[in-house]
Amino acid sequence: MIRTATAYAPLAIVALLWEAASRLGLVSAHVLPSFSAVMAALWELLRGGDLWANGLASLGRSLLGFALALLCGTSLGAGMALVPALRAAVDPIVQIFYPLPKSALIPLVLVWFGIGDASKVFLVFLGCLLPMILSTYNGLRGVDPLLAWSARSLGASRLAVIAEVLFPAALPQLLTGVRTTIAFMFLLMVASELVIASNGLGYLIGELGDQGSYAQMFAVILVVTALGFAADRLFLAFSERVLKWRA
Amino acid sequence: MARVTGALLRAAPVLVLLAIWAGVADAHVINPFLLPPVEQVALRLAQDVASGDFAVNAGLTLARALAGFAAACAIGVPLGMLIARGRLLRWFCEPLVSVGFPMPKIAFLPVFMLWFGVYDLSKIIMVAFAAVFTVVVAAEAGTRGVDKFLLWSARGLGASPLALLREVVLPAAMPSFLTGMQIALPVSLITAVAAEMLMGGAGLGGAMLSAGQYADSVGVFAGIVETSVVGLVAVAGMARLRRRLLRWHPEFNPR
Repeated sequence: MIRTATAYAPLAIVALLWEAASRLGLVSAHVLPSFSAVMAALWELLRGGDLWANGLASLGRSLLGFALALLCGTSLGAGMALVPALRAAVDPIVQIFYPLPKSALIPLVLVWFGIGDASKVFLVFLGCLLPMILSTYNGLRGVDPLLAWSARSLGASRLAVIAEVLFPAALPQLLTGVRTTIAFMFLLMVASELVIASNGLGYLIGELGDQGSYAQMFAVILVVTALGFAADRLFLAFSERVLKWRA
Repeated sequence: MARVTGALLRAAPVLVLLAIWAGVADAHVINPFLLPPVEQVALRLAQDVASGDFAVNAGLTLARALAGFAAACAIGVPLGMLIARGRLLRWFCEPLVSVGFPMPKIAFLPVFMLWFGVYDLSKIIMVAFAAVFTVVVAAEAGTRGVDKFLLWSARGLGASPLALLREVVLPAAMPSFLTGMQIALPVSLITAVAAEMLMGGAGLGGAMLSAGQYADSVGVFAGIVETSVVGLVAVAGMARLRRRLLRWHPEFNPR
């Protein structure tokens, strides 16, 4: 308890410095509303329905796109690692699209799907697909071939080798890949909602900024930051549980 | 000969993809607005290159991304090294970095617009802010991962702190620094393009978004190709830099 408190004390210090800076008039409230004003705005937002409705819209869309990418990405990545023909077919396409800055796809999904839910689901799906393919592929390819050969020579079937040797050995890298992809999901979610949306947290941030309600805008930014942090920590805890057998 | 065949084999799936695109677009199964014909997109690309639009937009986007990226490296690498060495600084910065690292930094775009306006400065600061966390984390991990026996031996042989830093710590941590930069560079480009979309004006992002808003799907597809070219060049350049800087490293000298 005390350890957690000391570990996170710097966050409180930053909040105090922020409050002091606005109280002492170092920065104008128009440029940076005080921490207490942002907290008050957050409390109001939490009591109203806007934040919840927009938050649910954002998370629902992003999680759907992310889940689809997870499903397709791991299957394609595993296929590439296990079937040479598939690798030859998919790898050059992956190589070409990998360096494409994914935010460049925002206008494309706008043209294809308009500003409704489908455009953001598809954008998150496309953006998360490649990192998932690559981390699955690299994870499986990085497995020491001796492990698979030994299992084969001990009489394991091809399927058993995949399920009981290759997959567990590739799991750490796969989970690291999922973790970075989650951060990526939040980035694409907010970026696309800032540009093309009529609801969602990114839309709310942009809208509040345009209205000049800066305390509320900072409150929603804090909410997005907290969501990203919480998702990262939860997934980290989950990975540690899943990988407990390795210690 | 073998190299040519290899390159052809590697290019084949991409050519097949282009052929499918051309075939589907020509067969009019899909509304040409959703999937414009390849030749129209190619024509637009040629026009953009000939008129200089491509050079201007790509140059602006790349310059903003690289300026922010350079600032992120200039701040992030020394900061990460200091965090790895100083306990007080680590105590203070670690929770901030662990909150900042997974956070969607682009959410701060309206804040930077409020503080620094809608021109280059706010875009560059946005890019630097988005990229710096990755660089800090990689620099810290790299500095902490330096083999302590290397440090002890150098110190035992009388190396001064400055010599230790220059001759031991920097080279030993360099692969990790470069890995951080290789992750941060695409992030910089993504952020630069997204910032341009939101703030408008010249640059690949602004040009593509206005194409999307005016329902100019040929322009959108041409913009995607132009942006991928910029991304490809940047990523390849970074990989080259890594190969150059780590020429001495076992990574590029397999036994």
